[in-house]
Amino acid sequence: MAESILEVEGITLRFGGVTAIHNVSFQVNEGELYSIIGPNGAGKTSIFNTISQVYRPQEGEIRWRGNSIMGEMPDVVANLGIARTFQNIELFPQMTVVENLLLGRHIRMKNNWLSGMLWTPKARREEMENRERVEDIIDFLEIPEWRNHPVALLPYGIQKLVELGRALAMEPELLLLDEPVAGMNLEETEDMARFILDIRRELGIAMIMVEHDMGLVMDIADRIMVLDFGEKIAEGTPEEVQRNPDVIAAYLGSGDLHIGEA
Amino acid sequence: MMTALQLAQTGAGATFLQTLVKALALGSVYVLIALGFVIVFKATQVLNFAAGAIAMAGAMFMSILISDGGIPLLPFDNPLAPAEGEAASIPMWGVHVLIALVFAALFGLVLERVAIRPMVGQPLFAMAVVTLGIEVAVRPFNLDATALESRNLGVPWKAETWELAGAIVPKSYVAAVVLAAIGSTAVLLFFRSRLGVAMRAVAFDQEAAMAQGINVGRVFAIAWGLGAALAALGAITYGMAPFPPGGNVSQEIHPILAFRVLPVIVLGGLDSIAGAIVGGVMIASAEIFAGQYLSQYNDTLGSGYSTIVPYLVMLVVLVVRPFGIFGTPEIRRV
Repeated sequence: MAESILEVEGITLRFGGVTAIHNVSFQVNEGELYSIIGPNGAGKTSIFNTISQVYRPQEGEIRWRGNSIMGEMPDVVANLGIARTFQNIELFPQMTVVENLLLGRHIRMKNNWLSGMLWTPKARREEMENRERVEDIIDFLEIPEWRNHPVALLPYGIQKLVELGRALAMEPELLLLDEPVAGMNLEETEDMARFILDIRRELGIAMIMVEHDMGLVMDIADRIMVLDFGEKIAEGTPEEVQRNPDVIAAYLGSGDLHIGEA
Repeated sequence: MMTALQLAQTGAGATFLQTLVKALALGSVYVLIALGFVIVFKATQVLNFAAGAIAMAGAMFMSILISDGGIPLLPFDNPLAPAEGEAASIPMWGVHVLIALVFAALFGLVLERVAIRPMVGQPLFAMAVVTLGIEVAVRPFNLDATALESRNLGVPWKAETWELAGAIVPKSYVAAVVLAAIGSTAVLLFFRSRLGVAMRAVAFDQEAAMAQGINVGRVFAIAWGLGAALAALGAITYGMAPFPPGGNVSQEIHPILAFRVLPVIVLGGLDSIAGAIVGGVMIASAEIFAGQYLSQYNDTLGSGYSTIVPYLVMLVVLVVRPFGIFGTPEIRRV
């Protein structure tokens, strides 16, 4: 079995009297595609927000490669190699695709502000290298024709890809994908699935994917965790999870099983 | 020796040149303060209403440093101060300006840490009101420190002038243009750096910026530090004679200086460096040229009519281009 890179142990997150996550534990292994599913409001996105430390869980422990990341600032977590996309796209709307992706390169740029200001040869070389990496990603995602468009003007599906590209530009070791195919049509969903599989195969990046599209999740995830009302009710391979009576009850009970739906 | 405000009597060309120099000089002051506004706005999306108080505090600090030979708030003497009754050499004066700017930057950092950082993630309107609160809180200190008198800034060239093609060109005006050029270049270069890009990202979306590994708190601090230093440089520049404060920090003129720059940033666009520069020169030109060439209608217009010209320009701009000449219009997909 592959080495685990992220360990979440017994985290509990409360907002006032509401317990969003209750005593949830899981781990993600090197190169794994781990998926989190569950009805709306089950706490899936909250788990992402605790991993990136936007929310601070009151109890529990989150370890990245053996070291606790509890209490770190979100930018520090990003610098450790944990990138994310957002459920509602959070790109920089007035910037072009290239500029958005270059921002993803921020943490990989080492030149200081002075050499950047003076545009020294070293800074220029670094800019060129990063620009090349960005172009690679644009090619990888097959969006070269949108390269210089402000992202606010792009179609929704393309914006989703750009956000994925920005996360990839950070060269992360773990990618958090929050509903990567939400609102997409069948064709766009298939494209996105292909990119996610390529990311795993070609780049070897581990991913945690929150998604409502059960078809997609069952097709591509290695392991799945099911949440309901902030609690983990099942975990396992797609086959195991599909057969689990608790899962069936949670979904049928809430009438919230979106098979094949965006 | 002629005073600078006195017009040379040698014809229209010289009058025009002299008016132009005056406009550029006032424009330079506007540019510096406007850049201070813009840099804070670019990072935080907040109009910093405390800019005036911070600017004046910087100029006050400088005046105490150089004219009293003291170090404000500390029981030490300033070892660099010129001897009693003597003017500082130009390089030494420059050193004092730099020290005052460092003080203003630190002051900005402290204010950011104490009053602005806790507001991260709060509505922008609330943050803007906090800056207004800072203005109100800092102003009494400024006025107390002046003891309600004008305080000298020890400008080495006082109100000396050069003569150029019959026009009188005050040295201070040239210095103002030079200082604004240095300030603008520094800011333009800064925004080419990685940090400048990070600042733009923070302005758009703090959460997404953090997810890219950008330290939002640090960006806020840098914006406030830089903004404070630029505003203070503007206030010090305006303190050079023959600008109205007459070589002083004035407890009457300096506190409202920043508000006179509002038309500039509205014209140029709140988030545009180029807009601050072009807008500063344009607004100052409108003000100075109207003051010079409409002065024959003084009786009808009333004295001091030129000071409202910037606001008239601002009104027109707001109607035609609400985001300013160079500002970023909001992009929406239809």
